[in-house]
Amino acid sequence: MSDTGKRPDSLPGLGPWNACVDKSTARFPERRKDFVTGSGAPVARLYTPLDLGPAAFGGAGYEESIGYPGEYPYTRGVQNTMFRGRFWTMRQYAGFSTAEESNKRYKFLLEQGTTGLSVAFDLPTQIGYDSDHPLSQGEVGKVGVAIDSLADMEILFDGIPMDKVSTSMTINAPAAVLLAMYVAVAEKQGVGADKLNGTIQNDILKEYVARGTYIFPPEPSMRLITDIFAYCAKDVPNWNTISISGYHIREAGSTASQEVAFTLADGVAYVEAAIKAGLDVDDFGPRLSFFFNAHNDLFEEVAKYRAARRVWAKIMKERFGAKNPKSLMLRFHTQTGGSTLTAQQPDNNVVRVAIQALAAVLGGTQSLHTNSRDEALALPTEESVRIALRTQQIIANESGAAETVDPLAGSYYVESLTNRIEDEAWTYLKRIDGLGGAVRAIEQGYVQQEIQDSAYAYQMAIESGDRVVVGLNKFQVKEGPPKGLLRVDPAVGERQVAKLHALKERRDNAAVKASLVALDLAAKGDANLMPPIIEAVRHYATLGEICDVLRGVFGEYRPSAMF
Amino acid sequence: MEKKIRVLVAKPGLDGHDRGAKVIARALRDDGMEVIYTGLRQTPEQIVDAAIQEDADVIAMSILSGAHNHLFPRVTELLADKGVDDVLVLGGGVIPEDDIPFLKGKGIAAVFGPGTPTKATIEFIRANLKRS
Amino acid sequence: MEADSRAARVVAGEVRALARLITGLENGESQANLVMRILAARPRRAQVIGITGPPGSGKSTLTDKMIAALRKRGARVGILAVDPSSPFTGGAILGDRLRMQDHATDPGVFIRSLASRGHLGGISRATHSAARALDAAGYDFVIIETVGVGQSEVDVVRVADTVVLVAVPGLGDDIQVIKAGIMEIGDVFVVNKADRDGADRVVREIRSMLETAAALRRGSLPVRAAVDTLGGRIAPLSADQEHAAWAAARAVAAEADARLMPPVLKTNAGTGEGVEALVEAVAAHRRAAQASGSLEARRLEGARTELRSLVEERLDAALNEGEGGQRAIALAKAVAAGEVDAWTASTELIGLLIQGGKA
Repeated sequence: MSDTGKRPDSLPGLGPWNACVDKSTARFPERRKDFVTGSGAPVARLYTPLDLGPAAFGGAGYEESIGYPGEYPYTRGVQNTMFRGRFWTMRQYAGFSTAEESNKRYKFLLEQGTTGLSVAFDLPTQIGYDSDHPLSQGEVGKVGVAIDSLADMEILFDGIPMDKVSTSMTINAPAAVLLAMYVAVAEKQGVGADKLNGTIQNDILKEYVARGTYIFPPEPSMRLITDIFAYCAKDVPNWNTISISGYHIREAGSTASQEVAFTLADGVAYVEAAIKAGLDVDDFGPRLSFFFNAHNDLFEEVAKYRAARRVWAKIMKERFGAKNPKSLMLRFHTQTGGSTLTAQQPDNNVVRVAIQALAAVLGGTQSLHTNSRDEALALPTEESVRIALRTQQIIANESGAAETVDPLAGSYYVESLTNRIEDEAWTYLKRIDGLGGAVRAIEQGYVQQEIQDSAYAYQMAIESGDRVVVGLNKFQVKEGPPKGLLRVDPAVGERQVAKLHALKERRDNAAVKASLVALDLAAKGDANLMPPIIEAVRHYATLGEICDVLRGVFGEYRPSAMF
Repeated sequence: MEKKIRVLVAKPGLDGHDRGAKVIARALRDDGMEVIYTGLRQTPEQIVDAAIQEDADVIAMSILSGAHNHLFPRVTELLADKGVDDVLVLGGGVIPEDDIPFLKGKGIAAVFGPGTPTKATIEFIRANLKRS
Repeated sequence: MEADSRAARVVAGEVRALARLITGLENGESQANLVMRILAARPRRAQVIGITGPPGSGKSTLTDKMIAALRKRGARVGILAVDPSSPFTGGAILGDRLRMQDHATDPGVFIRSLASRGHLGGISRATHSAARALDAAGYDFVIIETVGVGQSEVDVVRVADTVVLVAVPGLGDDIQVIKAGIMEIGDVFVVNKADRDGADRVVREIRSMLETAAALRRGSLPVRAAVDTLGGRIAPLSADQEHAAWAAARAVAAEADARLMPPVLKTNAGTGEGVEALVEAVAAHRRAAQASGSLEARRLEGARTELRSLVEERLDAALNEGEGGQRAIALAKAVAAGEVDAWTASTELIGLLIQGGKA
């Protein structure tokens, strides 16, 4: 740390001011004894220049710890001009029912001014089951679109120019298969893989700790991921090969600091796996992207994004020796916090989402999904989706938050929060290293346990009334059942199964079989699995068939109960 | 010796959101109950057979994916098929209010939506056990 | 009589009757004891296998894979999986079955989770009789998975015919098995997660422990040299560790039964590798124990312990409840006041408890 600046290590007025306030609070106590952030961290009455951390030393301290946007350590953002150049990508996660229905919703969203697609898949697809698998019963098309084969994918992107639109796909365990389908459909549209833009989530580690749509054990899962890294580095250079996700960790009940720490710990594990697989950190580093949550505590959330950028830049530079500045930049997508939405008085959620979205913008997000008010009750209706998108557009065009870069920098409070979150993240990262890294820490249940402890503490704070959630444990009203919720047609499952069976009749089953045998052999060896998967997909082998081959070779993951 | 209330907590269907199931499992334990946690991706058959082997007083299930109308009634049907009529069956998760009468008609004793305090579930169990 | 019909239903393999009986045993219901009285007359056929080891060693996954292997041989398998009760609330979260749920709907498999309910030693109070109930219900194998919280969980040896002790590399403690102080109860040793670095080293450590113990038993190696040998292989040992190693070695040596050197196997429960060999080893142990008579001796010892703890428990209960409890308080006051001596008072109390049949 530089000491060229002069640390304002005393503020002559502060002592007398404190004494004076203590006297008055003795007579008129504050609302509560302890004030805490949304994550339960203590909040002081007043923040001053003394709380700025390294930046309190003046010029050089500022440049080292906070610095300039687009420059190391990227505390203030990854681009020089941020939203003065262009707004973040407004990307609404959507998808339900069949490929035909979802295709219609995507076209609607594009007409409404959405700038990127975000595909939600149904649970059977996410877990690598075809729609006719016994476990798929009742789940087909429910939380996203059902994709069994390339035939569904062709319909999903029908009439959507794949060279112009960027597509984010929330797919993890079978990410390789869905990416293969995307590449194959583009091929049919005459769009080369090198022209494709988009993201696959492809983050298996957080599935084990928070989201639950895993298939294979950690080791072969990491292989699939590094195979994707290697394949894309060569053939799909503009593709974001992974979206390392804190979103679900936070949804599972973590604090803001845990969200940063566990996400970056997963990131470290992916980088290590890729390096071990023989890749150069600067070949895949620039394609790593992140995905964070946005909760209600505006300042803590802004600080969280700033801290995450700073920690990641240091990890990539100091630990992995990355040289390419793009490898050091933590670029991230944000979704507002689903678990903060209340089923009670759902219109209030519009306000929550606005605050959360503002936090993401003030924190310098690259893209943003705003939740719809009715999502604690069901999938959103078109009207709710429109309000959610308008919320982003109002922040972009009316709030002024996008007119300067990192507007909250220098706030004594926000800088102090940023430093605190960074410190807590380093502490966790060290502990996880001590346990042998993220994969081992997850296998031992350490990460799950930490998250569950936070989730339980949060729930108990709500139940004791210590934490107020408007409409839930205070300011309640009697209300009737909500009206006009979106319902997925229960016949979707049957239709999808019929389509699947028809496909199996008409495709070249000998070619399918041959391609699956080739995949089996590749999986048993150590060749890159992307080429045989793409080959199988082209012959209309189904997602379930492909995943079954891999299940046969890799086995399936079993969680342990951690409480 | 004290009789313990035994609760089987399960997530039928494919959704992996087990925050609620785990919070309620912990709250029930902290209330002195014995919770058998069977985790994710449980079929109705697995849930019912496990509940019988475990001699559970209560089956508590949570679904966030929207498959509740399909899966919850399968559990009560299977229980009835096996002649089990003294197990209290509860549902939770993201469940539209319109669906609740249907589920109650199918033998789900109570449905707890988002935001239900764990205390409410505990009190309901204590007040509605089908066996003493 | 109700107990007769309940016993008949258990013997007939009715799952609900068996499940309800185990609940009754856990809750100490007198009706359940009557059922057990009837079932006691049946021959004991099941082989009872105990699985114990430190937390994170993969006991449940190993049990899951053993179930599969035994089912392939056509055997019916009952599982008792014990998890700890909270000392504060008495509640428990029983999560072992999560790993075995694929077998939940197999009619040849019965899985029951038991809370320890304050009982130390790795199993619950009712585990003994629950195992017997499973035997009576026709399960060929009963697998008991102990609590696995890292205490010395030695009680399983009193219930099980064969104890499988599971160790695992990389738990950050090279001689964890010795430290746990439970080496002497293992009949078959397993190093699970054998694909991990350090598996072979853990195998070597266990073997050297066992060889040293065998040498001690034969008298061909003085204790001091044994500890040095171990120290050399696992070195460096702290004073505490040396003491523990010494104590463990001596405990094994002290065993009168000059049994065969226990096998040390490697498994990978995740993939199922080595599980077939484990099942073989367990069967071999049982055959050898039966032939040598050590099975009988062990069951006798188990019954003795069970009986003893039951007597203690019942006397203790009688001393705290009802007539016996009241008299105990009155006599305690009399002793305190110097009206009677403690010996005489205790004689009176024992007579009362026994005559009254309270205990």
